[in-house]
Amino acid sequence: MNIASNNQLEGLNSKELAKARRKEGRLFFNLSLPSLITILIVVFIPVFWLSSLSFFDRAGDFSWENYDRIFQSQLYIKTFIVTLKISFITLFFCILLGYPLCYWLSQLPNRLASILMIFVLLPFWTSILVRTYAWLVILQRNGIINDTLISIGWIDEPLQLAHNLTGSIIGMVHILLPFFILPLFASMRSIDNNFIRAAISLGSTPRGAFWQVFFKMSLPGFFAGTVLVFVLALGTYVTPALLGGGKIQMLAQRIDSTIMLYSNWGAASALGVVLLILAFAVIWIFNRAFGIDKLFMR
Amino acid sequence: MSNTDNENHKSLPIGIKSLSKSYGDVYALENVSLDIKAGEFITLLGPSGSGKTTLLMTIAGFCSPDQGSIYFGQQEMTMTPPHMRGLGMVFQNYALFPFMSVAENVGYPLRVRGMTDSDQKTKIEAALEMVQLGGYGERRIHQLSGGQKQRVALARAMVFEPKIILMDEPLSALDKKLREHMQIELKALHQKLEATIVYVTHDQREALTMSDRIAVINNGRLVQVDAPKALYDNPNDLFVADFIGESVLLQLENSIKGLTLRGKPLKMTNPQPKGGEPHCLVIRPELLVMSNSKDDSLNDLSGIVNASVYQGESVLVMVDLGENTMISVRLPANKSQSSNIIPDVGKPIYLGLHAEDVITVKGRVE
Repeated sequence: MNIASNNQLEGLNSKELAKARRKEGRLFFNLSLPSLITILIVVFIPVFWLSSLSFFDRAGDFSWENYDRIFQSQLYIKTFIVTLKISFITLFFCILLGYPLCYWLSQLPNRLASILMIFVLLPFWTSILVRTYAWLVILQRNGIINDTLISIGWIDEPLQLAHNLTGSIIGMVHILLPFFILPLFASMRSIDNNFIRAAISLGSTPRGAFWQVFFKMSLPGFFAGTVLVFVLALGTYVTPALLGGGKIQMLAQRIDSTIMLYSNWGAASALGVVLLILAFAVIWIFNRAFGIDKLFMR
Repeated sequence: MSNTDNENHKSLPIGIKSLSKSYGDVYALENVSLDIKAGEFITLLGPSGSGKTTLLMTIAGFCSPDQGSIYFGQQEMTMTPPHMRGLGMVFQNYALFPFMSVAENVGYPLRVRGMTDSDQKTKIEAALEMVQLGGYGERRIHQLSGGQKQRVALARAMVFEPKIILMDEPLSALDKKLREHMQIELKALHQKLEATIVYVTHDQREALTMSDRIAVINNGRLVQVDAPKALYDNPNDLFVADFIGESVLLQLENSIKGLTLRGKPLKMTNPQPKGGEPHCLVIRPELLVMSNSKDDSLNDLSGIVNASVYQGESVLVMVDLGENTMISVRLPANKSQSSNIIPDVGKPIYLGLHAEDVITVKGRVE
């Protein structure tokens, strides 16, 4: 056998083998085709169509008026500020509650950690609407928390926990916390204990080893959770609508009222486009700030 | 402490006194006492689950014993937290920090000790030179091969000149050729550093190659502590005899005249053990001699060839002695001598054991 002839596609069975490889490639493409078409029809086409609406005025002529309105109206600018503020506060509390919990879970034996993770995922089995109403029951003026605090004499007047910013944030943290915990937990779980032991044996204090090694190695999961929570928070609708008591207007609610009350699709579309750009911008900024692409290199 | 006399600025002796650790009702360590000399290369050898890693982790301070004490030199360390013990440590999977460069990894112990940048730089470069990785400082960890990662882990463990270095199966992830090369290199490095090294492995050949002394551990107990040759030639325990080398144990019979092998008195140069207790003969494949006919000056272990396995440098022949006893003999694979006269399967083979090569161990084969 001449080895060189193998390389020139003239070797034994080379044509048949190449054909078989092509067939396999076609098979995989055909298998993923249904989902590709579905995504095209239900995601890309609607998004492009809806986005394109923002570039036309009510008469159907091309114009920038929808965008002009957003950047000139105090109302819209206030909505953007409130949306960003709520999203950041929600993210802050998700990190505050989620990171220590995740760290604790990641240090537990496998079996126990799996059982406790079920409790983290349990809320997913109930609809967001139901959970939000449940919070209303707990937080309202004569709800469980106020009743209990008054009966044990800690407060005289009921605390204003619902129908405001506080209520919205409590509800949103509850709903978004699992999205922070899941990627972070996976990331922490994959950190070998020997990394921490190595750092400590080399003279680092346990606290130093945690920050210099464990925290740094958990950053990919931390970043994934942060982006997930923040982007989901930007688009939240149900929770601030119910727990905010009409006083909290986030972007998604503004889009809703623009269509429902004024049936102005162009203006609503422009708001949606700005929200989408905002979400991408946040991911980009986080990536730059954390230098995350370097962390993923192993 | 007894070893204070040879304590110096480069190494410390380790004293381990009646250390015990149990998980539930299973002993990971059972009353282990061991004196490690300053500057010694000692290997903790045992099968997996024997407690060797627990012992190492207890010395490092990551595992808290139920009882016992640990001394480094004069100083008791039992209660000292691991980061205050001043040990260098090398882990099985290297545990190099993936987000740091080679130099940052090696400099880590210097950084946590608050050394200035310029001092760090010279020390890092010297440590990398020591492991033949000079100029690799700027590389990322994922750009290194397995052997290079191993060297970086070594450099990191010794850059701050610890008097004791612990190693937990550091070569087990490397392929055979590189592993054997690194064994020699590690041994040379030890001679340069003069630090006390405690090395954990389950690989007996690795232990025999590198160690000044080997501590064999089984079921949480220290079975035998000896120099490699003494351990190989004079195992004092059935477990050691079986675990070290490719041994087959053969039960010896006791008679009035002493120990007998297959009905004949056992010829041995060492004095026969007294007391009439049961003993075993330790048969190592490389100690048996093949001949064309029975040689009455040797202990006779002739039998029928059951199978022969070609292993490159040698041929391993399984020999059936009858009564369900199988031994093996290793014969050189050179064409000029024995390999071409190895009898076929089913044919008799004449094997003998020199009186000088007889190793006996107290105990009964199960």
